[in-house]
Amino acid sequence: MSRLDRALLSLLIAGGLVASASAEKLSGEQMRSLDGQVQEIKSDVLGIASELSNLEERLLYPSGTQIAIFVSVPADETFRLDAVQIHINGEPATHHIYSYKELEALQNGGVQRLYSGNVPTGGHELSVTMSGKQKGGTEFTETDTFTFEKGVEPLALGLTLAGPGLGKTGIQIGEW
Amino acid sequence: MRLTPIKSIGLTVTAFLATSPALCDKPEDLYFGEAVYYANQGFYFEALERLDAEFAQHHEVDEPNLDSLFPHIADAQFSLGDFELRYRMHHRAGRAISAVLEGAVDEMVRNDAAYRLARIQFQKGQMTDAMHSLERIDGRVPAAIEDDIEFLRANIHLAEGRPAAAIAPLENLQHSKQFAAFAAYNLGIAFLQNGSKQEAIAQLDRAGQVSASDPGELAIRDKSNLVLGTLFLEQGEFAEAATHLDRVRLDGPYSNQALLSSGWANVSAERLERAIVPWGILAEREVTDRATQEAMLSLPFAYGRLERHGRAAMLYGDALAAFDGEIDKLNASIESIREGRFLAALSREEIRKDKDWVIRLRSLPETPETYYMMELLASHDFQTGLQNYLDLADLRRKLHTWRTNFDAFEDMIAIRRGHYEPLLPDVDASFRELDSRIRLRREQHSMLVKRRDDLLTTPRPSLLATRDEQLVLARIEDLEAGLADAESPLADELLRRCQRLRGLLTWTLETEYHERLTAFDTNLRRLDEAMTVAQAQYDQYIRARQAATHSYVGYDRSVQRMRARTNDSIATLDRLIIRQGRLLEIVAIDELVARRSRLENYGDKARFALADSYDRATQAQARRENP
Repeated sequence: MSRLDRALLSLLIAGGLVASASAEKLSGEQMRSLDGQVQEIKSDVLGIASELSNLEERLLYPSGTQIAIFVSVPADETFRLDAVQIHINGEPATHHIYSYKELEALQNGGVQRLYSGNVPTGGHELSVTMSGKQKGGTEFTETDTFTFEKGVEPLALGLTLAGPGLGKTGIQIGEW
Repeated sequence: MRLTPIKSIGLTVTAFLATSPALCDKPEDLYFGEAVYYANQGFYFEALERLDAEFAQHHEVDEPNLDSLFPHIADAQFSLGDFELRYRMHHRAGRAISAVLEGAVDEMVRNDAAYRLARIQFQKGQMTDAMHSLERIDGRVPAAIEDDIEFLRANIHLAEGRPAAAIAPLENLQHSKQFAAFAAYNLGIAFLQNGSKQEAIAQLDRAGQVSASDPGELAIRDKSNLVLGTLFLEQGEFAEAATHLDRVRLDGPYSNQALLSSGWANVSAERLERAIVPWGILAEREVTDRATQEAMLSLPFAYGRLERHGRAAMLYGDALAAFDGEIDKLNASIESIREGRFLAALSREEIRKDKDWVIRLRSLPETPETYYMMELLASHDFQTGLQNYLDLADLRRKLHTWRTNFDAFEDMIAIRRGHYEPLLPDVDASFRELDSRIRLRREQHSMLVKRRDDLLTTPRPSLLATRDEQLVLARIEDLEAGLADAESPLADELLRRCQRLRGLLTWTLETEYHERLTAFDTNLRRLDEAMTVAQAQYDQYIRARQAATHSYVGYDRSVQRMRARTNDSIATLDRLIIRQGRLLEIVAIDELVARRSRLENYGDKARFALADSYDRATQAQARRENP
């Protein structure tokens, strides 16, 4: 093997190890020291978030009038949920168009808080419209209307949305 | 030979870290479900916020066993640990799971908790604690995590430098559905670290031939062949090395390294023609890759050895031009980083929405600074630093938004105060009057109820007399009192008449007693209903009155305190972001400078080799012309 061959070989051998040595040392030590402080500030901000949520809830949704509507999808459902629209006492309350990521999050056991608002105590009417696509690609829209009673405690309603089936409604409601 | 693959032998595979964050069955607790919804989308801050709040509420209730979180408490605590870990809050992670371990829970749940805690401790680098947690597993274990436990046990042994102890658990996993490929590779590494070279070679050979379809398993199979090929290369068994290196897929993540090593194996075996093939493929690949750059020098080197100096000179020239071009790019990148464009590129929202965002960075023409940093970006420390930088930027955005919310809250409170304060004195005055009336009615109602109840046990017909009857009775009593002392026949006659009237009245009261009691009870029940309505309206008023006060009283201090906390956190974040960003830039520039230095070195060698090749080509031509 010539001198050039050996030089080239030694260059090639050494190159890979030397290249990032200094960077690794820096990143290893200094980044680790910062990491502890980052974790602390994350904890602090989580604390602020929690206190802020509490304040928001007291200010915006007092318990006497508070209503929250949640949405979930059964685990074995294969339909594609595109959008949900909610009316309370005939007035539009909220609507939501689902991204793929959100739909996947619902299918994997997540529950979405779709609406937080206020209604006075007493009887109310809730209208839910969902639209989406069935497994075969057929588009569908389904609307269902429910009545509910708002007491003095905060009210949480859970909507379970499923694809339309033979003789069954895809929108189920439950109170928590 | 190149040492990089051998160095990577220490890096065993921890496949379980890539598990999905979809953590549990659909929870019946909406708020826990909400946390899972956020976590499933990778929003761990929001997930932690919701779950923290839910736990706080759960611990405050008088009867936690009636709370909707109760049936999912272990799952929720596991999830909390997972979310904390995924949000890179290692200091906090594990506390909730420890609580499960200490609680009176089912054996399976406790063992699951012990495993999860061990996994967290492993990721935190606390190997002794992790092993201690695994040792707490006793009795029945959920089937889904049996293999995970063994794989973790083996990885802890390897991380602690006890490869001999890792061999048994890894052998147990050779037929695992989930871990077979990873365990096969790690077992080879365990043998190698234990000094059992022959067993290591045999095992890595098996790992390099496992049937696989999953991208991760295919990659680990490639890695096994690469490590094995490098081992043979080091031992001087070049043909054997080439055989294993050739098994590495040409489109896999280890293909560049394998092609480079394959070339060297063939050169070392004096099979120069064969070396040209892998190096020729590699030299055409992405020029920023280290292996490609080496191949651009190695390929003409092989041609030179084959006495094809003209071709070698041409390829050295191409390499030189490519290196010069890359050096220019690197200079531009270093300058660009100094101008702050690197961090701006990494923070781009549309990139971060893609799970392969690090890969996509490379294809963005406006971010040249990322071309050379794929390896750096993939390194653990840099990733941690980068993720921390991005997390800090997110937190700062959140805090700035919240700070503006405080202004809105204060406006809202002021408007409510302005609305209610002038109204409330009059409302309160009217209420006081109403309150005294309703209290009186309540007392009267209570008295009537008591009377009805007394009558049910001790009948007293006179109490059910009508007002007229009561007046008549009173008149009779007056007359009787007036006649009591009179002693005359007329008085006696009048007294008898009074007694007859009293008797008549008593007869009516006695005979109509049950009828009257029923009517009294019916009327009282109607009154009860009316009183219930009145009480409900009264309570509603009280709530509305309290709500009016609560809508603007008692927030000033909270808002002020939170604003101060937010401002303090923003100041801390600003300081940390600058430090973290600067550190990332320094590390990135260091990496680029190192790569530039390496390219400059290559350039010098290429220039020397180019001149040498020209000389040799000229000499060869001269020999041909003047034999």
